[in-house]
Amino acid sequence: MTAALAAAFFRWDWIGSHLDDIQSRLTEHVVLTVVPVAIGFVLAFPLALAAVRWPRLYGPLLGVTGVLFTIPSLALFVLLLPFTGLSRATAVIGLTTYTLLILVRNTVEGINGVPRDVREAAEAMGYTRLRRLLRVELPLAVPVILAGVRIATVTTIGLVTITAVIGQGGLGQLFIDGFIRRFPTPLIVGLVLSIVLAVAADLSLLAAQRWWTPWSRAGN
Amino acid sequence: MAFFLEVLAWFPDHWSGTTGVARRVAQHVGYSSAASLLAVAIALPLGLAVGHTGKGGQLAINVANVGRAIPSFGIVILAFILAGINLVPVMVALVALAIPPIVTNTYVGIRSVDPEVRDAAEGMGMTGWQVLRRVELPVAMPLVMAGVRTATVQVVATATLAAFIGLGGLGRYIFDGLQVRDSVRVVAGALLVAALSLLTELLLAALQRTVVPRGLRDRAAAETTRAKTSAAAV
Amino acid sequence: MITFTGVTKRFRDGTTAVDDLNLEVPAGEVVVLVGPSGCGKTTTLRMVNRMVEPSNGTITVDGRDIMSVPAPQLRRGIGYVIQQVGLFPHRTVAANIATVPALVGWDKARVRARVDELIATVGLPAGVADRYPHQLSGGQRQRVGVARALAVDPPIMLMDEPFGAVDPIVRANLQDEFLRLQAEVRKTIVFVTHDIDEAITMGDRIAIFSQGGVLEQYAAPEQLLADPANAFVADFLGAERGLKRLALIPVSEVTAEPGPVVSPDDDGATAERVARAHGSDWVVVVAPDGRLRGWASLHELEPTTRMGDATVRPFALQVNDTDSLRAALNAMVTSRTGVAVRVDATGVYEGILTQELISKEIL
Repeated sequence: MTAALAAAFFRWDWIGSHLDDIQSRLTEHVVLTVVPVAIGFVLAFPLALAAVRWPRLYGPLLGVTGVLFTIPSLALFVLLLPFTGLSRATAVIGLTTYTLLILVRNTVEGINGVPRDVREAAEAMGYTRLRRLLRVELPLAVPVILAGVRIATVTTIGLVTITAVIGQGGLGQLFIDGFIRRFPTPLIVGLVLSIVLAVAADLSLLAAQRWWTPWSRAGN
Repeated sequence: MAFFLEVLAWFPDHWSGTTGVARRVAQHVGYSSAASLLAVAIALPLGLAVGHTGKGGQLAINVANVGRAIPSFGIVILAFILAGINLVPVMVALVALAIPPIVTNTYVGIRSVDPEVRDAAEGMGMTGWQVLRRVELPVAMPLVMAGVRTATVQVVATATLAAFIGLGGLGRYIFDGLQVRDSVRVVAGALLVAALSLLTELLLAALQRTVVPRGLRDRAAAETTRAKTSAAAV
Repeated sequence: MITFTGVTKRFRDGTTAVDDLNLEVPAGEVVVLVGPSGCGKTTTLRMVNRMVEPSNGTITVDGRDIMSVPAPQLRRGIGYVIQQVGLFPHRTVAANIATVPALVGWDKARVRARVDELIATVGLPAGVADRYPHQLSGGQRQRVGVARALAVDPPIMLMDEPFGAVDPIVRANLQDEFLRLQAEVRKTIVFVTHDIDEAITMGDRIAIFSQGGVLEQYAAPEQLLADPANAFVADFLGAERGLKRLALIPVSEVTAEPGPVVSPDDDGATAERVARAHGSDWVVVVAPDGRLRGWASLHELEPTTRMGDATVRPFALQVNDTDSLRAALNAMVTSRTGVAVRVDATGVYEGILTQELISKEIL
């Protein structure tokens, strides 16, 4: 009885006959995650450094990225339609926008969180401002910056599911397939894969952080 | 440019009626506020209990982290497949979405109360309940409110998706418009959703100012950012 | 009065923090618990208000077993001050001080009056009442902490390194004021510190603990310094034990010698005779009204010179009977005569103190 119900709800044979489809949705999802996070980092990093150098910039920067972060993803995609249409660009621009707040904030807080005594010791030993940033502050800020990358990545993986609404594929397309056919299997496959993707991305970034910053391991 | 004039012109023509802006806003606000209040009613006591006793904190944070990875769009569609065009499962999804940030922030807020402040409170003869009510909760308030803000804004955003499965709210303009390729309606709907989200954020920011005790306000901004970052790093 | 009878505290991880402690804290006295970190002094203090519950033994406060009173009720009757103060950051100074009065239900007018009184008592400006803790200096926060603990005028105070977080100058200041205040209010106080000098300054009695919560000696500071019970105590008291002890003894404890005294009317030959008789090469010159003039060296005297016309040098430092013997010793090593001269409050000569005299009478 239960097994029959479960069989009606979830059909393993669908997976077998749609492996190609699932794989291409997954690939699209990964691309739509990696590209925006990478672009977001390239944009956020210099902005964050500027906000560390000129603290007055930090408030306005948080304000603007905060407003962008507050606009629901679907609305943002739609508002980009008149400019970029139903295209990959719309999805990438929208998703990149969401990463900015998290990446800027964590980078600035990571650098500003370097203990004052460490900073002063570096200065007293004759480091120039640039060398101090590169050799002392940035390495010490890596755990917090990477924590930002982790949050941005996991958040983006969730948001990518929405891009299917504007025709850009990803695992969200499996949700829509399930919706149109009132058939839960693709939906569940999509849900499970997006969760697994998020957890896998989170754990591998965590592993990367530990490998990269051996001195912070004891603290965890 | 002409397109945006069209969008502007759309609003006066669609203000009232059963599919009018006023009604859609009311629906959207209705879903969101009901879900948010319910989530606060569940998550706040939970976060306070976990924070006050210190038990189960790591579990709560892990659950919240996994929660962040669950795509709400998929959950809304799953609710539809299981229950058809029905508000209840959507509400359940919205509430479930809002609980983790409130629990995590409340927990972190209570745990970040200086141990010596808690020690002094107990040492002067406050009961456990008095310590929670008079010391821990007010001191944790900036973080608690930050959690409520995050959760509510997420709920407002996700409530848009209720329209995808045929329920009301501002998402209707977007999904119906996409269906019939009426880009004016789609963009108008998106503007409304964006405006409502920003308004929610502003209102809650104002609410936060009134419920955070005055002695904490000047240091609140700096410390909240710091605690958020460290909570995020957990 | 607080009495510990056979009190032991073992923590869940198996460590013993306090081992079979028997101790009596007399009413109105300051008892300082001192020892290295991990010696159980803070645990002992925290057992009195049940912040830590003893594993064995009984603690009574004025004859009543503390376990017979619900913990919150017990704590409201015992003042509690800790090193980090633990002021409530969301409440004003006035509201912080009013914590316990509010818990026990005083009316508003009474609370307000008490707060104002306490702010003055601990030496804070009246304007701080409506400030928040983060707007205060470290020393001011400590004062608010003490005021908050005094709010309902509890007969007993527990103070865990209350001045540990401020700089030495502020600390010395707070210690002085605390002693002045204690002379007025006469609380029964348990005071924890790791600083033996603070213990000697503050304590009517000192309990020295060693690792594992063993009470090594319990005595008045002077007795402790004079007669340490064992090597641990002697070592903890430090290398300058003798000097620390002298600091506690007033000059009045030692009978001064008359010294080689001459009057301004005597001649140099008389002065030489007096000096030789005393075994010194200098004399003290004292006026007929008894006032000290100073001292003169034999090497600068002619036999016929009248002392009133000779070179008489003032003593750079003089002591009187309320000064400590340590001050007298200081006067000795800074004077070419090698003695400390004692005068009364009006400058009348009373005699001289020598190292030999101090050693004979005290050590």
